[in-house]
Amino acid sequence: MKQSKTTELMVGMLIAAGLAALFVLAMKVSNLSSYSAKSSYTVIARFENVGGLKVRSPVMAGGVLVGRVAGIDYDSDRYEAVVTMEMDQSYDRFPDDTVASIYTAGLLGEQYVALDPGGSEDFLVDGSEIEFTASALVLEKLVGKFLLNSAESGNQ
Amino acid sequence: MLDWIRGLGRGGFRFFETLGRANLFALKTLVGVPAVLVRPRLLVAQLYSVGVLSLPIIILSGVFVGMVLALQGYNTLVDFGAEESLGVVVALSIVRELGPVVTGLLFAGRAGSALTAEIGLMKATEQLAGMEMMAVDPIHRVIAPRFLAGFISMPLLAAIFSALGIYGGYFVGVGLLGVDEGAYWSQMQSKVDLYDDVYNGVIKSVVFGLVVTWIAVFEGYDTVPTSEGVSRSTTRTVVYSAFAVLGLDFVLTALMFGA
Amino acid sequence: MAAGFRIMRQRFSWTVSKNKMQRSAETAGPAASETLVKIRDLHFARGDRVIFDGVDLDIPRGRLTAIMGPSGTGKTTLLRLIGGQLTPDRGSIEVDGLPVQELGRKALYELRRRMGMLFQSGALLTDLNVFDNVAFPLREHTDLPEAMIRDLVLMKLQAVGLRGARDLQPSELSGGMARRVALARAIALDPMMIMYDEPFTGQDPISMGALVQLIRLLNDALGLTSIIVSHDVQETAAISDYVYVISQGKVIGQGTPEALGKTDSALVKQFMQGLPDGPVPFHYPARDYMEDLLNA
Repeated sequence: MKQSKTTELMVGMLIAAGLAALFVLAMKVSNLSSYSAKSSYTVIARFENVGGLKVRSPVMAGGVLVGRVAGIDYDSDRYEAVVTMEMDQSYDRFPDDTVASIYTAGLLGEQYVALDPGGSEDFLVDGSEIEFTASALVLEKLVGKFLLNSAESGNQ
Repeated sequence: MLDWIRGLGRGGFRFFETLGRANLFALKTLVGVPAVLVRPRLLVAQLYSVGVLSLPIIILSGVFVGMVLALQGYNTLVDFGAEESLGVVVALSIVRELGPVVTGLLFAGRAGSALTAEIGLMKATEQLAGMEMMAVDPIHRVIAPRFLAGFISMPLLAAIFSALGIYGGYFVGVGLLGVDEGAYWSQMQSKVDLYDDVYNGVIKSVVFGLVVTWIAVFEGYDTVPTSEGVSRSTTRTVVYSAFAVLGLDFVLTALMFGA
Repeated sequence: MAAGFRIMRQRFSWTVSKNKMQRSAETAGPAASETLVKIRDLHFARGDRVIFDGVDLDIPRGRLTAIMGPSGTGKTTLLRLIGGQLTPDRGSIEVDGLPVQELGRKALYELRRRMGMLFQSGALLTDLNVFDNVAFPLREHTDLPEAMIRDLVLMKLQAVGLRGARDLQPSELSGGMARRVALARAIALDPMMIMYDEPFTGQDPISMGALVQLIRLLNDALGLTSIIVSHDVQETAAISDYVYVISQGKVIGQGTPEALGKTDSALVKQFMQGLPDGPVPFHYPARDYMEDLLNA
């Protein structure tokens, strides 16, 4: 039952290599590095329509990732979607009149929440609600509106 | 015709009987697992023969699969001017599918067949019966460490395969074909999700590891104790494992990404 | 080898003398001494093939009992039944007063520690060398310090004359050496009995002679009870105290080797003397020869 040192060494190397590979997959390949376990604070925003927004969609300000969508619920009393966002603690100076809009990255890309800071002196804190929101654009509605407009202009 | 139906019935019975035995066997093995943890030396020896010895084939295959994917992906993507997405294509196909599946198949061929042959030979040469007569439960002493080693090795091997595959793709895509290095990684990072993709890929590899090792040790333990029986069991291990990996991959993919 | 025997003889001299005293006090026949293994009305079938059809056996303590019979009479099966690896369809098997088949797993394993079994192939663990093979049961069942295990293993290896072969791998051993190593392993835990499964098959005359001597010597020196299953009539009869002959699922003859040699039973006679034809026909059952040839 003698166990050679090389056997133990090789097994140790296998385990180390496997864990290192998992680490690479987590840090370098996936998006873990971009949101990892930094401390965060939560804000919510209500939208009429969130379109294709998903949990873990990015929250951007000026094109920079500042947080992620943590949850999407529907408020049956107010008939609105409630989006919970986890914001990176290092970006904690958003004015409380910030506008949250849902945009699409690129023509067919995924949707994200964009924050446009307002001018208030008070900042959003954990549990705050963003009051000014702009819903996602729904393609069918846009096309419908466009057709209506062109029909109206054609009538004139 | 009647004979044919009867044969079908008999085959069905035998199938369920084997399945039942395999389940009982798995149960006994699981009972034996804690005993192995108390004696890590047994486990280390098996991790060596199951894991370390499978490493070369996994490393080589991982790198080459990544390189081929990059080459093929590039040729398709460049038509749409989307070669920047090469990283995403390579990473997603490897992390979600090819990593666990190809590793599972290679693992069945390399480690699974070796496990079956080894255990089958131990049975054929009365080593298992001998242990029993020495009041040592072969399931605890022989099967459980091998089972546990397979269960531990497979996810590690799959992770190594995936990471190397992505670097193989990087080598071909960035190094040879001139895709922008920043785009390769950043696109990958923005599209590959830790939970949806990496985590699910790891779960797949864990499941495949369990099933392949289970099939391998059961086929070895259940073998007809002759040289012909052992060689048949070894073949069966590889065939059943391949079926199980591919079939389960479909089921798991449907569960994870389907809804 | 001879030196090994001598040392062992000295070491166990008290056992030997006790054993000799016992033997001189008793007359031949199993009824006279205490029974270690008691088999009653044993029935066992594999599929449709009946292997035992009402077998009664008594293995006396401290003796060397042989169980002989033609190939395929389930002699190995009998040992496995005694070891509790198989369960009979009917009948009872008692070892040292314990009903083997009714024992729970723990009690059965407890009992097996007191049994040694020598398999036909030796059944050495191929991934361990000779030393570790003999140490295997000690390491599995005791918490002895490594130094003491080393001493014990070397003692056992010395007893079978293979102390010098301790670093060899099983694949480097000849068949006879492998069996001797297996024997050292079987006695590692100082069992009360050893079962030998065809110990003489396929041995050259020298290793056969060594084994024959060793089995007898160990039995007497260690005060063991030995059961030999074999169809090597001459060698087995030469060393055994009592012989059972089994054929077609039944005990067809029993007695001391000398008594069996003079038996009237044609079947036992054919077997003991190795006659090609007799109650067990030379020809496989077939149609009449002439008829078969002419009806081409």
